[in-house]
Amino acid sequence: MKLNVKANIPRPDDFYQQLIVMQKDLSDDEVQLANAKLILILANHIGDMDVLSEAMQVAMPK
Amino acid sequence: MLNTYQYPEFPYIQSQEQKSGKPVRHPVVVVGAGPIGLTAALDCAARGQPVVVLDDGHTVSIGSRGVCYAKRPLEIWDRLGCAEPMVDKGISWNLGKVYFKDKLAYKFNLLPEDDHKMPAMINLQQYYLEEFLVECCAKKSDLIDLRWQHKVISLKQHDDYVSLSVETPDGIFTMECEWLIACDGANSDVRNMVNGEFTGQFFQDRFLIADVVMKADFPTERWFWFDPPFHKNQSVLLHRQADDVWRIDFQLGWDADPVEEKKPENVIPRIKAMLGDDKEFELEWVSIYQFACRRIDNFRYGRVLFAGDAAHQVSPFGARGANTGVQDTDNLIWKLKLVLDGKAPARLLDTYDEERAYAADDNLLQSTRSTDFITPKSKSSRYFRDATLELAEDYDFARPLVNSGRLSSPTPYVESSLNTPDETHFEGAMTPGANCADAPIVYRGEETWFLNCLGEGFIILVFGSAPNISSLRAGGVEASVLTVGETLWDMKGILAERYDGGQEAVYLLRPDQHVAARWRSFDGEKIKAALARATCQTSSSKVQE
Ligand SMILES: Cc1cc2nc3c(=O)[nH]c(=O)nc-3n(C[C@H](O)[C@H](O)[C@H](O)COP(=O)(O)OP(=O)(O)OC[C@H]3O[C@@H](n4cnc5c(N)ncnc54)[C@H](O)[C@@H]3O)c2cc1C
Repeated sequence: MKLNVKANIPRPDDFYQQLIVMQKDLSDDEVQLANAKLILILANHIGDMDVLSEAMQVAMPK
Repeated sequence: MLNTYQYPEFPYIQSQEQKSGKPVRHPVVVVGAGPIGLTAALDCAARGQPVVVLDDGHTVSIGSRGVCYAKRPLEIWDRLGCAEPMVDKGISWNLGKVYFKDKLAYKFNLLPEDDHKMPAMINLQQYYLEEFLVECCAKKSDLIDLRWQHKVISLKQHDDYVSLSVETPDGIFTMECEWLIACDGANSDVRNMVNGEFTGQFFQDRFLIADVVMKADFPTERWFWFDPPFHKNQSVLLHRQADDVWRIDFQLGWDADPVEEKKPENVIPRIKAMLGDDKEFELEWVSIYQFACRRIDNFRYGRVLFAGDAAHQVSPFGARGANTGVQDTDNLIWKLKLVLDGKAPARLLDTYDEERAYAADDNLLQSTRSTDFITPKSKSSRYFRDATLELAEDYDFARPLVNSGRLSSPTPYVESSLNTPDETHFEGAMTPGANCADAPIVYRGEETWFLNCLGEGFIILVFGSAPNISSLRAGGVEASVLTVGETLWDMKGILAERYDGGQEAVYLLRPDQHVAARWRSFDGEKIKAALARATCQTSSSKVQE
């Protein structure tokens, strides 16, 4: 697997808090849109189709 | 409604065979005189093959329908000697703009590569296209027998021929042919007659197409709106055609009432909302459509061969229908001619299915993807669509994700059993199966274009040295040698650049201007083997890998 599934975020609590705060004052619609943007932005940053496909696999319902 | 266009009325003429009541067996009959059937007939004529075309109507396409024609079909029509009036009358464009809500999301430029004879794209009403093709057929009336008001109502396949029942104003009569090419459109009767399966995806959304006549000073660009203020939650397309006719395409959603929506009193306010109250325009043609992305399970049913919409139907986004249909007949006719002349076995025609079904699947994939972007099928795909469009306004990375229709480009037959695989490395796009790139050259002392000097047969294109022979044969099939620097001069070096011919290179090119094989030196035996393979003259061209 090319996808890094080991812990890689230096300050996990900071990141998680920021993610939640980002959505705090948004309507449901706005949250959905912002999340979609976030996925697209990150996907572009990764830019590796194999990694992206593996991530999609991992994200699927169990 | 206004008419900028006078529909020609083609005369019905009773055929000799109907009069006499004695069936005649024709080598080739084409059903349907739409763009694809007419192109098939012209390709037969270009190869000296007599052909009869039957069409149940007596004029060209009612309403414009197809608008955009891309470089490859134009090159094919140029080979058949009829592209010039199309390019002259058509409108060339390069710039596309995509709007989201009230903002410009991004612009794209088709940026056509220089040094090709044909433009990247022209816009032309389909009725003009068909009229020009009919005129071309008339010039070849010694070979093309074009019969209007002849409707095929049934057919029967025999071992070595097909018999047809044909209805005309004089009643029903029987015709026979060795091969039948069905170009009778998306609702193909012939397909039903052979019980062909036509499966795929059907889209619920309805679209309103209006061709309007107006003197507008809009630039010649393609404008596409997602969710504009004047047509909330839907998409709209504006495109220019010849004669101040503009195509406007409104997405209406799945629950629109087609009869109501078509009424001028409902269409006009939509257009006014878009153009503003002060713009003067008149309706030329209005239609409501739904579309499907599907194809026939096999392009060959015995002696019946399917081409164009009869074989595959795509959504109009990306302008693929006629563009890809013309490439069907481009692929088919040289093969059919070799089979008719006894120079290749009939299984060469199975490679027509192999190659064009492969291309159809590529087109279907492309047009399904565009459709899914334009009309998202779920709430969450709508969020992704809108997110992409919002990001595209400010960020370069999101722009390639915006899909308002990808423009049609030819599918290389990279997996075809007719190809001989490369033995060595080449740069560039001219891999076996690809269509030949054009280039400006000098041929027999005259400035012209590479594709224009390929003729109708196989070509051995040589960069570097070749033995002093003018052709090679495999069985009854001949390939002519064309050596760069002898009859053909690559003055600008563009041909060598596009074919990686800076060093020694030898190409075998098919009659449809696709690459069959290539090498780094001239080896007559290898060329003959590749020629045999490209015409199915080897006992097992599929197995022999
Ligand atoms: C809104 C719209 C926009 C489009 N835009 C584009 C575009 O920009 N670019 C593009 O390439 N394509 C476009 N297309 C698609 C294009 O119009 C079709 O792909 C094209 O017309 C197909 O040509 P054809 O010859 O296969 O079939 P058709 O044009 O449908 O012709 C079939 C012919 O067969 C005849 N026929 C039918 N049954 C019988 C019978 N039993 N006996 C005898 N004759 C018969 C019919 O009368 C007709 O003349 C568009 C289509 C639509 C609807």
